[in-house]
Amino acid sequence: MAVPPTVISYLKDINPQVSMEIFGIPHQAFLGQLLLGLVNGAFYALLSLGLAVIFGLLGIVNFAHGALYMLGAFAAWIMLDKFGINYWLALLLAPLSVGALGVVIERLFLKHLYKIDPIYGLLLTFGLALIAEGIFRELYGVSGKNYDVPELLSGATNLGFMVLPNYRAWVVLVSLSVCLSTWYLIERTRLGAYLRAGTENAALVQAFGINVPLMVMLTYGAGAALAALAGVLAAPIIQVNPLMGSNLIIVVFAVVVIGGMGSIMGSILTGLGLGVIEGLTRVFYPEASSIVVFIIMVIVLMIRPAGLFGKEA
Amino acid sequence: MKTKTLVASMAIGFAAAASAQGTGPVKIGFITDMSSVYADLDGPAGGEMVKWAAQDFGGKVLNRPIEVVTADHQNKADIASAKAREWIDKDGLSMLIGGTNSGTSLAMAKLAEEKKRPFFSIGAGSARLTNEACSPYTVHYAYDTVALAKVGAAALVKAGGKNWFFLTADYAFGHSLEADASTIVKANGGTVMGAVRHPLNASDFSSFLLQAQSSKAQVLALANAGGDFSNAMKSAKEFGILKTMKPIGLLVFITDVHSLGLSNAEGLQVADSWYWNQDDASRKFAKRFFEKYKRMPTSVQAADYSAASNYLKAVQTAGTTDADKVMSTLKSMKIDDFYNKGQIRADGRMIHDMYLYQVKSAKESTTPWDYYRMIAKVPGEQAFTSAADSKCALLKK
Repeated sequence: MAVPPTVISYLKDINPQVSMEIFGIPHQAFLGQLLLGLVNGAFYALLSLGLAVIFGLLGIVNFAHGALYMLGAFAAWIMLDKFGINYWLALLLAPLSVGALGVVIERLFLKHLYKIDPIYGLLLTFGLALIAEGIFRELYGVSGKNYDVPELLSGATNLGFMVLPNYRAWVVLVSLSVCLSTWYLIERTRLGAYLRAGTENAALVQAFGINVPLMVMLTYGAGAALAALAGVLAAPIIQVNPLMGSNLIIVVFAVVVIGGMGSIMGSILTGLGLGVIEGLTRVFYPEASSIVVFIIMVIVLMIRPAGLFGKEA
Repeated sequence: MKTKTLVASMAIGFAAAASAQGTGPVKIGFITDMSSVYADLDGPAGGEMVKWAAQDFGGKVLNRPIEVVTADHQNKADIASAKAREWIDKDGLSMLIGGTNSGTSLAMAKLAEEKKRPFFSIGAGSARLTNEACSPYTVHYAYDTVALAKVGAAALVKAGGKNWFFLTADYAFGHSLEADASTIVKANGGTVMGAVRHPLNASDFSSFLLQAQSSKAQVLALANAGGDFSNAMKSAKEFGILKTMKPIGLLVFITDVHSLGLSNAEGLQVADSWYWNQDDASRKFAKRFFEKYKRMPTSVQAADYSAASNYLKAVQTAGTTDADKVMSTLKSMKIDDFYNKGQIRADGRMIHDMYLYQVKSAKESTTPWDYYRMIAKVPGEQAFTSAADSKCALLKK
């Protein structure tokens, strides 16, 4: 694949004595694009993690995930605009309030759907997403709202091969730590063991005196909170817009499918990996950057129908 | 004898039908994007402007009440033309106004020509409407892609921004903006250093922007719109790209600038046909709009009002709603109101002044929505496609 002339001049510009090359482009520029891909991958990981947790433990295909992400971003914006609550508090409060909303959704709607075909859960959450988007479009219009980068994280750091805005580094840091703690909580702790057991055989776990419905309710709340957290993290980077979730949700679903439905580590690693691959596509062949994830999905499904990290049924 | 009676009765029937049409309400139809990406810059408020124009005209023309109907085309050309067809065939629509989205306007223009109804295209950008696809019944009222490129690009090249890099939305609209602007850049002695095409509704612009920066071009031309434009600008600021490159938005409305905030949009150059704070009459209109919507009107919304009221004037002068007579009145009268001064050319292009604005910094902006400083006023004859360059047959007579 030919490297566009812009890339080459970019590379020469960064380091005139480029010596090493990776895939035909010098390693300096390669590192820059790799890092940008990682930043986007951090968002994919955080969003697909929530989806994977909800699907893995509840068996619900949560189409409202994009809307919950949008609600998280809007919650942060409303908190700042109407109540003067700063970014740092919003980072805590927005996921909590959206998580509480998730609990309400689970109690009111989803709990009636566990025993029937998963398609009902998908349709219900899709409907909820459309309603949420419609309400916010009516209230705030479609142009979007601006949310500034917090003072402490504004500015940028020169890494030698590129200038990285500090806020983007922060996003990667938060996302990775949240992803790994969630994985640890579910796969390595006693609470996680209860959760996994509860989804395998609810009646048996209930018989041991564990409140399974409560656990399931909180799980959906936590999944919603994870989506909202991603929304707050995204608010200073992109315009806060009622349609921001629907632009992203399809890619995130593809990430979960590639990683293996329900596999938590799978969704984290796939999210990061696909962010990187998408980022590199933007350099080599920008026109394909919006479909590269889906091409990979097709290939993975053909070779490993359960996804890269999924267990064959 | 029998045939004669039949013909005579048919003639009477036709006359009755015609007179029935002549006493009912004069219907104006308005079709735009009411709920999606372009709804803020035109949308329901645009429809309300057409209603205001009818009210301010006295609610009646030729002693017939004026009725305004509106619809959402959802950015789909087939919905737009189906709705327009229904209005014309069933409800005897007199005139049609098309809002944002060029695809829908091109479809409606074709229908209006077939049905012989005056069609005003306001929010659509494609210059094809009065060039390759021109029709005796189309009026392209506000702006077009050629004028945006000529006004925006020419000024920047002349001011020393010789080397350009395009960040282009990868679909028909982005391509035509890029092509029109590239032509102007080259004609003025500038160079296009490169372009990168991004998908519509791209989630992240940082990779594309680093490529733009590495081109060493002086000008970052954003051939996209709405959310893509805002997000690209925001990332350009974040990555420090605006320190070395001068941004120009090829299709930017004041609602976009408002949504970005002056801290992100400062210094941006914008070509447009109208700005709410340009004179007393405009401020008066804007104040009335603000009281209802708590935001300032875009040039498209101002043009919605102006188009409807000038159509009604033409009907009054012509003394009929007959499409051919109204069109010839429209093309012979002078347009002169708060929106603009100009004349509708034989191809339907309304020739009026265009403006180049620069977005103020937060410090310079003294009142809410005080966003633009005018840096150039370009006469209509220079801004739009010249009659000599046009492929429209209506100009060749």
